[in-house]
Amino acid sequence: MGILESLKALLFGKHDVGGEKQDQKPADKPADVIVEKKASIIKEPKEEKPVADKITVGHVHMSGCTGCLVSFADNYEGLLTILDKYADLVYCLTLADVRHIPEMDVALVEGSVCIQDHIAVEEIIETRKNAKIVVALGACACYGNITRFCRGGQQNQPQHESYLPIGDLIDVDVYIPGCAPTPQQIRNVCVMAYLLLKGNDEQKALAGAYLTPMMNLAKAGTEACGCDIMTQVINQGLCMGCGSCAAACPVRAITMQYGRPQIERDLCIKCGACYAQCPRSFFSFDVVNQYEGIMEAIDAAMQP
Amino acid sequence: MVLGNYKQAVAARSTDPDILRKSQDGGIVTQLFAYALDAGIIDGAIVAGQSDEPFKPEPMVATTREELLAARGTRYSISPNMSLIKEVTRSYGLDKVGVVGTPCQMQALRKGQLYPVGLRDVADKIALAVGIFCMENFPYQGILQLVEDHGATALENVSKLDIGKGKFWIYTERGATVQLPLKVTHKYEQPGCHVCLDYVANLADISTGSVGTPDGWSTVFVRSAKGDDIWAKAIAAGAFETKPIDSVKPGLELVTKLATEKITKNQKYLESRATEYGVGKALRNPYI
Ligand SMILES: Cc1cc2nc3c(=O)[nH]c(=O)nc-3n(C[C@H](O)[C@H](O)[C@H](O)COP(=O)(O)OP(=O)(O)OC[C@H]3O[C@@H](n4cnc5c(N)ncnc54)[C@H](O)[C@@H]3O)c2cc1C
Ligand code: SF4
Ligand code: SF4
Ligand code: SF4
Repeated sequence: MGILESLKALLFGKHDVGGEKQDQKPADKPADVIVEKKASIIKEPKEEKPVADKITVGHVHMSGCTGCLVSFADNYEGLLTILDKYADLVYCLTLADVRHIPEMDVALVEGSVCIQDHIAVEEIIETRKNAKIVVALGACACYGNITRFCRGGQQNQPQHESYLPIGDLIDVDVYIPGCAPTPQQIRNVCVMAYLLLKGNDEQKALAGAYLTPMMNLAKAGTEACGCDIMTQVINQGLCMGCGSCAAACPVRAITMQYGRPQIERDLCIKCGACYAQCPRSFFSFDVVNQYEGIMEAIDAAMQP
Repeated sequence: MVLGNYKQAVAARSTDPDILRKSQDGGIVTQLFAYALDAGIIDGAIVAGQSDEPFKPEPMVATTREELLAARGTRYSISPNMSLIKEVTRSYGLDKVGVVGTPCQMQALRKGQLYPVGLRDVADKIALAVGIFCMENFPYQGILQLVEDHGATALENVSKLDIGKGKFWIYTERGATVQLPLKVTHKYEQPGCHVCLDYVANLADISTGSVGTPDGWSTVFVRSAKGDDIWAKAIAAGAFETKPIDSVKPGLELVTKLATEKITKNQKYLESRATEYGVGKALRNPYI
């Protein structure tokens, strides 16, 4: 009994997991119960699907390569399902004919902000004012990523040399790291953001728990590097050599040698994927123990 | 709770004498993959293969029965199987992936499916995840020192290493057996294992280990819907011989005892990290 209690305290006690309902969820439910419950979670919004209940989403393009938007679009019919059932795209220079940043529920911001470009600075400020939730979409918005290496002098705006992750200029609610962020990660955040804003209490709790680590990343700062794997995982005595960091790295800067990641630091573009992917950066038993149900729920939510 | 969610627990062993000849225990892992490969359930599996150095594992993608059999047996050192989880779907071209791993690797896998930060198009290609029980793991140098210094045996002459019945066992090619008390092994454990809160791979589709069943048999937990389906098919195909888990000794009681001990001990260590390593400072806790 004591161990069960202390496990629960460990699993649910440490943070207020975004939603309020966390501590009510018993840790020892049998799998079947969880699965069925979670399966029912998504059927509700799916069957109701009143159009008025959609959330409004915008894509704000700062200094990024459009790879994040392309990755979002790489959900293919999934993107259409999202736009059909869950979200109205109210702003997106590439896809929607709207010139000024409108009010919206969720702003997906791609790219870092060039502080020598006053329009970019104005737009990021406007984005914060007009959006309930600001999501840093991709590594440039979260951490600067490849734009960290800019030194100016390029044609045709040689004076554009200082690029900041959006979190250095405004408060950011959620990070989606990765260069490019993966279609599935963007999809999962979209579905969870929808549930957080429009779901019932239980759905809100699940979505809150799912999004908490990505909110925590947003609170943790605007710098990322392969070195985080050393300073935050190995140096902290937490690495167990699974190799997830190496798999996640988009530029193959990480190899596994004698069971530990070895980072080729000159190759690293500072995208933050390795650390976010590492099971020892953050791990929520509350969420991951329900992986079957959550994956089924997301699949069902994506049915056209 | 310490044993995770499961649909059934059984004692089992492979019905294939070729597999059993060099498997660690009941050959569950190799038999499951061999069956799944045959039945078209997987295109191949990430296993901990044998590297150039004796008993040093290396993650490999096995796409044939021969390659699966070559990876039989436990190597008590770190095999970063997750490092291939994306590559297996790329240059290896697998659409239906099998993967074996320790409980922490199963955690990494499930986190990777729910939070695929850097794992594009991987999540839905995982067809069968087999977990193995795990009390602790060792850096390769630790195994080297245990076998060569403590055991006074050249690692290249070793045919099998095993941890069981409270001892670390070294079996040599020439038939000698050396045993070390587990006490001497503890200092060589990799530090990351001391925050580990899973003994029996709670997040695998099917998990297996030696503890709980007689020599040559394995304890098997069938956990997920996917695992349940594959296990039923493998049984129907005659891949395994089974016995009810409560008909064998020492049974789930010992598994539960060891799981509880591991989790309690590591839980304590996690708590000590918050208060006992400095003044007004805490070491980082990964669990939220
Ligand atoms: C570090 C470690 C600690 C363990 N601790 C325990 C324990 O405390 N109690 C217990 O009951 N069982 C433990 N096991 C599991 C046990 O030793 C057997 O691996 C398991 O019972 C499977 O045996 P089998 O005959 O079914 O598999 P086999 O058919 O022999 O196949 C074994 C499979 O395991 C894979 N493998 C081997 N080494 C590793 C590794 N280092 N990392 C990942 N995969 C690997 C191989 O690739 C192979 O596919 C441990 C295993 C490891 C690797
Ligand atoms: S992902 Fe984390 S735990 Fe796994 S090898 Fe990399 S740093 Fe270590
Ligand atoms: S090591 Fe790779 S994954 Fe990690 S931050 Fe650098 S580029 Fe990104
Ligand atoms: S004890 Fe835990 S962390 Fe260590 S290898 Fe085993 S499962 Fe991984």
